[in-house]
Amino acid sequence: MIKKELCQIVSQAEIAEHIFKLTLQGELVREMNEPGQFVHLKVSDYAEPLLRRPISISDINKDENQFTMIYRAEGRGTALLSERKPGDFVDVLGPLGNAFPIEAASTGETALLVGGGIGVPPLYELSKRLVKRGVKVIHVLGFQSENVVFYDEDFTKLGETYVATVDGSYGTKGFVTNIIEDRKLTFDVLYSCGPTPMLKALENNYKDKKVYLSLEERMGCGIGACFACVCHTADDPSGHTYKKVCSDGPVFKAGEVLL
Amino acid sequence: MKSLQISLPGLELKNPIMPASGCFGFGREFSQLFDLSLLGAIMIKATTFEPRFGNPTPRVAETTAGMLNAIGLQNPGLEKVMNEELPWLDQFDVPIIANVAGSQEEDYIAVAKDISKAPNVHALELNISCPNVKTGGIAFGTIPEVAKILTKKVKEVSEVPVYVKLSPNVTNIVEMARAVEDGGADGLTMINTLVGMRIDLKTGKPILANKTGGLSGPAIKPIAIRMIHEVSQHVSLPIIGMGGVQSAEDVIEYYYAGASAVAVGTANFVDPFVCPTIIEELPELVRSLGFEHISECTGRSWKNG
Ligand SMILES: Cc1cc2nc3c(=O)[nH]c(=O)nc-3n(C[C@H](O)[C@H](O)[C@H](O)COP(=O)(O)OP(=O)(O)OC[C@H]3O[C@@H](n4cnc5c(N)ncnc54)[C@H](O)[C@@H]3O)c2cc1C
Ligand SMILES: Cc1cc2nc3c(=O)[nH]c(=O)nc-3n(C[C@H](O)[C@H](O)[C@H](O)COP(=O)(O)O)c2cc1C
Ligand code: FES
Repeated sequence: MIKKELCQIVSQAEIAEHIFKLTLQGELVREMNEPGQFVHLKVSDYAEPLLRRPISISDINKDENQFTMIYRAEGRGTALLSERKPGDFVDVLGPLGNAFPIEAASTGETALLVGGGIGVPPLYELSKRLVKRGVKVIHVLGFQSENVVFYDEDFTKLGETYVATVDGSYGTKGFVTNIIEDRKLTFDVLYSCGPTPMLKALENNYKDKKVYLSLEERMGCGIGACFACVCHTADDPSGHTYKKVCSDGPVFKAGEVLL
Repeated sequence: MKSLQISLPGLELKNPIMPASGCFGFGREFSQLFDLSLLGAIMIKATTFEPRFGNPTPRVAETTAGMLNAIGLQNPGLEKVMNEELPWLDQFDVPIIANVAGSQEEDYIAVAKDISKAPNVHALELNISCPNVKTGGIAFGTIPEVAKILTKKVKEVSEVPVYVKLSPNVTNIVEMARAVEDGGADGLTMINTLVGMRIDLKTGKPILANKTGGLSGPAIKPIAIRMIHEVSQHVSLPIIGMGGVQSAEDVIEYYYAGASAVAVGTANFVDPFVCPTIIEELPELVRSLGFEHISECTGRSWKNG
């Protein structure tokens, strides 16, 4: 069930350059049952900035009715959000969208989780759930440079973790795809979230595997009503069949939609 | 609430608040959030004869107190709307206003003829003003004579009253309103979005794939208010006003300008519960302003007394 609630800020901290970790508390956490969903946040109480901001849920704590997001303060909306203090309230709509299917990986199998930059956060809750299920997890995380790397230690606690930075200032120099190839990582299921070129490369490289990708698109409503976030389906690339990233996604099986 | 009940051509409404076309889909998503029967009416997404995919993404861009959209009239086409969407909406006690769009005259006529037969469609909203379709659309909405002829032809085939949705992208809105009144329109809805553009500072290129899009939200409210103020004094058709409505106070401002009902668009994205909230708050506001019925507010800005 989608709920709208004023959730209270439990904590907010800058964990890397312009990267914030925000934990909120509210009843709607009861509705959060799957990894990979997102919430739509109103970052001001006024008409400016007007629209909500879609941010992935990266950690769910049912016992305390809390959930955590990790976001990059980039434009005006996220910059405003980063100024909010513990005790303040944030208007949250969610949970929204469809999750990564954890049942795609069976106990004893290996899942490869590949994240790029601000696409890394939703993989954290996913990884926790996979580990609980008895799935072996391998993480490959890509960032621009050392100053924006986050959560590599948290992921290491859950399983093997490799980090790539574009400038080589941390981990391996290059892209996530270089690590997967160079280390000859093998897996049964691949889950990924990050920039589209990265998702495209993974889709092309692992056509014979089970691959799930989480997409980003500019949104209006976030619930499937405004047709802002549509993409073509792969089997009808120029026709009128479509999927909405907000309500049919953001997670799609590779090959389902046109990237 | 007695103080909110209104009657307009084809429409007996329990209250004058309705979601605007394109901002509420066909109601399915919002039905998960609240009971659609609470609404005065629903203006469904534009329906064209053939299914349309619409424009490439990005289709939306935020602006100061507003947003640009270039959805491009994506919709499943007349047949699906008739066979799936409208029958589904029939479970709710709410009249439907069907937004009719096309790129040529024949399309409008074909859609109007069929869709006006659906039992829960109580009125048509003739969308001659969408800025996001390449052919036609906007031309129908900017040349008075063309709009008049189209209105007449649609009136001839429609089984329900026809409201014409005016474009603000004209030099003389009164002239357009008079033309569609002459064409036999039963009412007006106004305003559609204003054509605008945003450019990305990093790339130096327009943010929207379509380059231009329609501006909506609080930023356009003063323009809509001014246009309704003008038009309502020159034509005798009832006006359903829209543009940036977010609150019960905004609704009253539209009434004062000259509207007889009000639609809420972009605000549904900001707060999906905005329509039921406004409906709940209106009676008390109407009473506190000293009115027994909301209709008493219509045109107060220019009426004597
Ligand atoms: C499903 C989904 C999940 C996301 N999860 C995360 C996350 O966990 N952490 C994180 O840091 N970011 C995430 N993003 C991206 C995040 O939504 C944008 O960074 C954010 O909206 C930018 O807002 P702003 O005010 O900083 O920028 P502005 O430039 O001021 O934003 C202007 C408008 O453009 C939209 N916009 C700008 N960039 C993006 C983008 N990349 N994707 C979608 N809309 C955008 C904004 O929502 C807003 O409507 C996610 C996006 C989607 C679609
Ligand atoms: C995303 C979006 C889609 C729209 N689609 C339509 C449409 O299909 N037909 C139409 O007549 N108007 C459409 N409109 C215009 C609205 O119905 C309304 O006239 C306009 O947005 C002004 O109201 P607002 O400021 O409350 O949004 C659309 C507006 C938006 C924001
Ligand atoms: S954001 Fe409105 S349909 Fe997806």
